[in-house]
Amino acid sequence: MGAPLNTGFQMSTPVFKVDRDPDRCIQCGVCINQCANEVHHMDNDGWMWIEDEKCVACQRCAVLCPTRAISITDFPVIYRENSHWGSASIREIYRQAESGGVLLTGMGNPRPYKSYFDHLLLNASQVTNPSIDPLREPMELTTYLGNKGSLITETEKPFLKLKVPIMFSAMSFGSVSLNVQKSLSAAARDMGTFWNTGEGGLHPDLKEFGSCAVVQVASGRFGVHPGYLENSAAIEIKIGQGAKPGIGGHLPGEKVSEEVSLTRMIPAWSDAISPAPHHDIYSIEDLDQLIETLKVATGYRKPVAVKVAAVHNIGAIASGIVRAGADIVAIDGFRGSTGAAPMRIRDNVGIPIEIALAQVDSRLRDEGIRQQASLVAAGGIRSSADVVKAIALGADAVYIASAALVALGCHMCQMCFTGKCNWGLATTNPGLSKRLNPELGIQRAKNLLAAWGHEIQEMMGGMGINAIDSLRGNRLMLRGIGLNPQELDLLGIKSVGD
Amino acid sequence: MKLREGEVRIPSGCAIAGILNRSGQRFNGNTIISCIANMHQRSNGLGGGFAAYGIYPEYAEQYALHIYYDHEKAREECEYYLNHNFNIALQGPVPLRRQAKINNAPIIWRYFALPKEGRLFQEEIDIEEFVFRSVMYINSSISGAYVASSGQNMAAFKGVGYPEDIGEFFRLDDYSAYMWTAHGRFPTNTPGWWGGAHPFTLLNWSVVHNGEISSYSTNRRFLEMYGYTCSLQTDTEVITYAVDMLMRRHGLSMEDTVNVISAPLWEDISDDNQARLRRVYSSLLLNGPFSIIVATGNGLMAINDRIKLRPLVAAEKGDCLYVSSEEGAIKVVEPSPDRIWSPGGGEPVVGLLYGKEKLIEPEPKIICAQSA
Repeated sequence: MGAPLNTGFQMSTPVFKVDRDPDRCIQCGVCINQCANEVHHMDNDGWMWIEDEKCVACQRCAVLCPTRAISITDFPVIYRENSHWGSASIREIYRQAESGGVLLTGMGNPRPYKSYFDHLLLNASQVTNPSIDPLREPMELTTYLGNKGSLITETEKPFLKLKVPIMFSAMSFGSVSLNVQKSLSAAARDMGTFWNTGEGGLHPDLKEFGSCAVVQVASGRFGVHPGYLENSAAIEIKIGQGAKPGIGGHLPGEKVSEEVSLTRMIPAWSDAISPAPHHDIYSIEDLDQLIETLKVATGYRKPVAVKVAAVHNIGAIASGIVRAGADIVAIDGFRGSTGAAPMRIRDNVGIPIEIALAQVDSRLRDEGIRQQASLVAAGGIRSSADVVKAIALGADAVYIASAALVALGCHMCQMCFTGKCNWGLATTNPGLSKRLNPELGIQRAKNLLAAWGHEIQEMMGGMGINAIDSLRGNRLMLRGIGLNPQELDLLGIKSVGD
Repeated sequence: MKLREGEVRIPSGCAIAGILNRSGQRFNGNTIISCIANMHQRSNGLGGGFAAYGIYPEYAEQYALHIYYDHEKAREECEYYLNHNFNIALQGPVPLRRQAKINNAPIIWRYFALPKEGRLFQEEIDIEEFVFRSVMYINSSISGAYVASSGQNMAAFKGVGYPEDIGEFFRLDDYSAYMWTAHGRFPTNTPGWWGGAHPFTLLNWSVVHNGEISSYSTNRRFLEMYGYTCSLQTDTEVITYAVDMLMRRHGLSMEDTVNVISAPLWEDISDDNQARLRRVYSSLLLNGPFSIIVATGNGLMAINDRIKLRPLVAAEKGDCLYVSSEEGAIKVVEPSPDRIWSPGGGEPVVGLLYGKEKLIEPEPKIICAQSA
């Protein structure tokens, strides 16, 4: 295989078309300053022009334009209609023929696979039992994560207490800006839940948020030292990620600034590569040893979580993880997001979280070990309704990351890997990251949790349930619509009308 | 084909009542019939039943198996099974008073029996577990047979009809018990199956229940992890198993059991033991509206859901404890109680025979969930 050589010749038209209405434009230059992709330009004589091919449709210029002069649309499709060869497939081949490289992307799988959440409907009480009004009656969302044991006589294992069954999922400093972590960590603390450091260590500025942090230990071991493990609420061993099961991580050198390098304990401006497997875990018994090692290192005072991507044999894998001593199993579905992943992996590997979760919950119950570990569902949770459905399928709590980023301003352009995030989120560029004001970020993230909490309470009240404990695994509260018998069976639910 | 109860989950509203004479003095069934008849409007004629404790003193050691058969073939098959596994001291049809209001009754027999020593030896289990498994076997594997009750010195009398008519039908005026519980049912469709009526019983346990548990699926899936087979799809079955597991198998006290099934709100929990109980047994919180009376040979416990979404009234007069869905039903049999009150949500009313301290003695060995 010869080394790829960039041909520098573009065969396709741009993906997006940026229009500036000259009647509205006041030539203030905001669009030029805001676009890190350098789409907008102005000559010395005031003439403005646009490079459509650089536009990623992040909407930053359109949103900030004071006169609403800018609109971004799909560039008109020129290809002859073909139901097999869509324009994206053709464009991707042009790009690869041009560069010889792996296609990179960001965020979660956007392909039109079935979203099972959208085929689940919730129950509500009518006549035979009363619905409960959360404005007048207590409605408990408090959730405990960890090994609950089966008997009151056993010694209690360490646990996490969540006031709302939603945690912020792993996003490392480096993949996201420090201001993102400042926003989410403080929001988690104020709302009585937890955030996750991701595999990037804990920045000194965030030390005080260690007590509400799940600190990750992943295959690169970046940022892991005794103080890091000690200053945490829980430790998470990251085996896999829903957006890229089976492969490691890659933080491009461009994002490894001085601060990132200190936090990760690696040289500045060098690529940070997390290997695909942990080099000390080649089977389940090795995982057992790492779990035990981390427990010993922290004096058995912290729950240890293991995060895996949802893949075909997830039931057996999760069972092994629980038997290896994990207190929490986090399962990341194929819609889970990433700061950078090969597009083919993101779009073609893994299975939906809904099915994986149902299978794991049932499997752990069949084996009588469901009490030994809590289940956290991740990967594509978009709303409080998804949270309720996940809990009814069997989750104890959920992780959200994309939703949290959207709350902070993400517009889902999927270009996180470039480091040019115009919303100041997936970047370590100081000029860009200061665009997220942490004070505002904290409030927005808190608002999201509060809003979802209220909505969860409303839905629970409608079902006649006043504690989230009674929703967990309560699959009778779910009915499937538009699902075939096998899918219903795998989800362990009945069809609508049944 | 229309599914019968047990194959389909049917929500229902109800009336419940219970009377205990704590000194163990027995009284006939007319009292409890008057009590439940007073709440006629809370039933719709599709289910009524009674549990009576202390009615078979002459066979107190034997397990009184009351069995319903859809046809003679089921009886033959079941008796073959019983003869193989039990020594039967006495058997025969349950005395009935046929009447116009009660139709489609199954064949109803009772057997006073003890497991055969040899069978216990072969199975390596104790008597209670043997009887428990036999009941599970008959209900699930002998087509057309259903065990209405399986305790000692007690029985359940239940069927399709208004409870007062069911009481007449079973000649409850001929029985004397120190404790009676009763149930009038308002199911939301027509099951027409006698086995679906309350009380639900298992060994000496009996449960009469008013309400629909919204946490049914959560509770059921948790119990299934501990070897309980929920075959009847009723909330009542789940409640019985939950109480059995907590008190008999895990040896929890009555207070702790209440702290699980009707757990206080987190904000009201200050005691670490209570918090721990909620964490360990969070899946056994019975959520949704209910009032229940759980009885054993030692006494009864009546309790509401934690925010009291179903009625429950209690009263005392001398040695007698009364619990009922409505005050009027108590007043009709005891016009001037010493004390009458409405217990709060999750606040149990417990009545025990004098000299008894618990509803049930826990199992000596603790059975855990199967695990590595």
